Amino acid sequence: MPSLAAGLEQHPGIWRGSELARSACPGIASGFAPLDAELPGGGWPRGALTEILPQHEGIGELRLLGPALAQLSSQGKFIAWIAPPYLPYAPALAAAGIALARVLIVKTAGDGDSLWAAEQALRSAACGGVLVWPRDIRYTQLRRLQLAAEDGRCLAVLFRPTQAAREPTPAVLRIALATAAGGLALSILKRRGAPLSRPIVLPAAPPAAANNSPPYRFDAHVDSPTPAAAAAGSIPARLALA
Amino acid sequence: MPSPEPRAVAERQRLIACDAKAAARGLRTGMPVTAALALAPGLRLRERDAAAETEALLGIAAWAMQCTPNAALEFPDLVLLEVSGSLKLFGGLGEIVARLRRGLAAMGYSACLAAAPTARAASWFARSGKPCLIADAALLESELRTLPLSVLQCREEEALASIGAGSIADLLALPRAGLARRFGQGLLDTLDQALGRLPDPRGFCVLPEKFGAAIELPAEATQAEALLFASQRLLAQLEGFLAARAAGTRRLQFNLSHRAAPATRIDLGLIAACREARHFALLLRERLQQTALPEPVRAIALQVQTIEPLAHANQNLFPDALHEEGNWPHLIERLRARLGAAAVHGIALCADHRPERASVHPDRASAQAEPGARQLALDFDLRPFWLLPRPQALEEKESIPYHHGPLKLLAGPERIESGWWDGADMTRDYFIARAADAALLWVYRERSPAGAWYLHGIFS
Repeated sequence: MPSLAAGLEQHPGIWRGSELARSACPGIASGFAPLDAELPGGGWPRGALTEILPQHEGIGELRLLGPALAQLSSQGKFIAWIAPPYLPYAPALAAAGIALARVLIVKTAGDGDSLWAAEQALRSAACGGVLVWPRDIRYTQLRRLQLAAEDGRCLAVLFRPTQAAREPTPAVLRIALATAAGGLALSILKRRGAPLSRPIVLPAAPPAAANNSPPYRFDAHVDSPTPAAAAAGSIPARLALA
Repeated sequence: MPSPEPRAVAERQRLIACDAKAAARGLRTGMPVTAALALAPGLRLRERDAAAETEALLGIAAWAMQCTPNAALEFPDLVLLEVSGSLKLFGGLGEIVARLRRGLAAMGYSACLAAAPTARAASWFARSGKPCLIADAALLESELRTLPLSVLQCREEEALASIGAGSIADLLALPRAGLARRFGQGLLDTLDQALGRLPDPRGFCVLPEKFGAAIELPAEATQAEALLFASQRLLAQLEGFLAARAAGTRRLQFNLSHRAAPATRIDLGLIAACREARHFALLLRERLQQTALPEPVRAIALQVQTIEPLAHANQNLFPDALHEEGNWPHLIERLRARLGAAAVHGIALCADHRPERASVHPDRASAQAEPGARQLALDFDLRPFWLLPRPQALEEKESIPYHHGPLKLLAGPERIESGWWDGADMTRDYFIARAADAALLWVYRERSPAGAWYLHGIFS
């Protein structure tokens, strides 16, 4: 029955295993063309959970989301940061183009509160993005978050350790981050569509790109400054303030 | 409010009201108190409290003024609303009545609602317990005729009954001249006012500036849900009051009184003016669950001292657009109600070179770090996404800082020397370093003879 097959192909929840799912609602452009090409909907999914599994903190997980967060906040949507591991630093967020007035930081006492706060934020239409750093989360709790995410239409990102890759997840997208020779290697572990065998390598962040410059020798500048050098060193800083 | 025992109100040793449980035991209004106690030994009897009734009536009037600015009182138990000017706004008489009925039920009152072209006739219908809604003046007289004379509430009722007049129809059939001679012009005037032949001016209520209402619990309660249930009645009344004033509030004070212990006070603070009872109830629920009560609660009072103008929400032509917008103050208030005000905050730039102070955090309470506040536009050098709450000392071996292995300095130094004017001065050289696991770190070296290394941020 060709009509049935055609009808099934139109359904957004059904896709051929060999190809990417067509998403009914377009994703949020990640700002990285090689990544967008591999994501159903051409970007980060809306109204569904995304899991990011960085090899370690500071690998570039925020840089990866930066353009999408900047885009959402410029649309007047709030970005909720729930239980972040450190303080998000305003100058860096501003430099990434994220509207600081739309940043909402929620500190919680435990995972129970984090999940509750995440659910509130997901169900509220005010949030465009919800970033959660849970410590330990079970499948049922993930499922609950996924349902809450389906209610809203926002970008919902969970940051979990790489060990979580062994556990099943209701999230529609799961990306592991690792360092590679050329920069940041993204392995898409789960997506709506055929699995991706090779990782996507994104170019390194600006400071790392300075890798090729000769290593800085701090001894000559910093150590045992002569009185004159110390005075000379301190003047520009004060002038800059004047 | 449901109560475990039957309850009744008495005045001069006679019952004047009883609840459903009491009625089920055969208690009737007008019954002597002694007979009532014989039928229901556990009866909780209360003397009629005229002051409380007046208070409740005033509260209902203030609440009902959301439908019309013209509300009048007829003591002891009647509120008159002139709704002819509001019919179009609310979508007809039926809609207004349904709205009032819903609201009264939410506040826990039972009422008989009636509407008529004249105030007097409407009050008669309401008193007679006949929920007539008469919009057409032509139908008024025929409906009025069916009412018993008890609605008049006058001294002459007995005398009229003795001459065979039992209803308004009988009264209208009597000759006017004779009626006036025997019972006075007043009776005729009242009839004419009901029929719309004479004007019936009323003094309208003036809305109070502040809101205050209290509710006494039928039984002492400690559970948050029970307290919330009672508070919802107060909140429903508050919503009507605020709607009548076209206002909202940011601050609600609840006083939970106990038997002996001093009253527990719960203050709800909001970041944006609001008048939705549902939202207030959500916030109150979280607060009640966190509050430790010294004793069971006997009564709840709600006070709102300051109100501020708040326009009615416009209906959107495209409901989607409204949904898209979202209500962020509500989200923040909900999160704060459960997690505490300090746990939910925004972030702001600050014109300071010292890294700790360039980003305003809530420990230094600042209106700028309130979510949604206006932000400065400042330009800094390359900065990490994460800042450690306090710098972490690093080991140094052979002039190389170590953090899970030796660090490789990629860029720097960026000399930051500032703050000599406020005692928190610092002189540091900041570097971007790469750790063994390829993480990019923001480290600094104190420009002091000791020259210790610290980790201050993580690029991400």
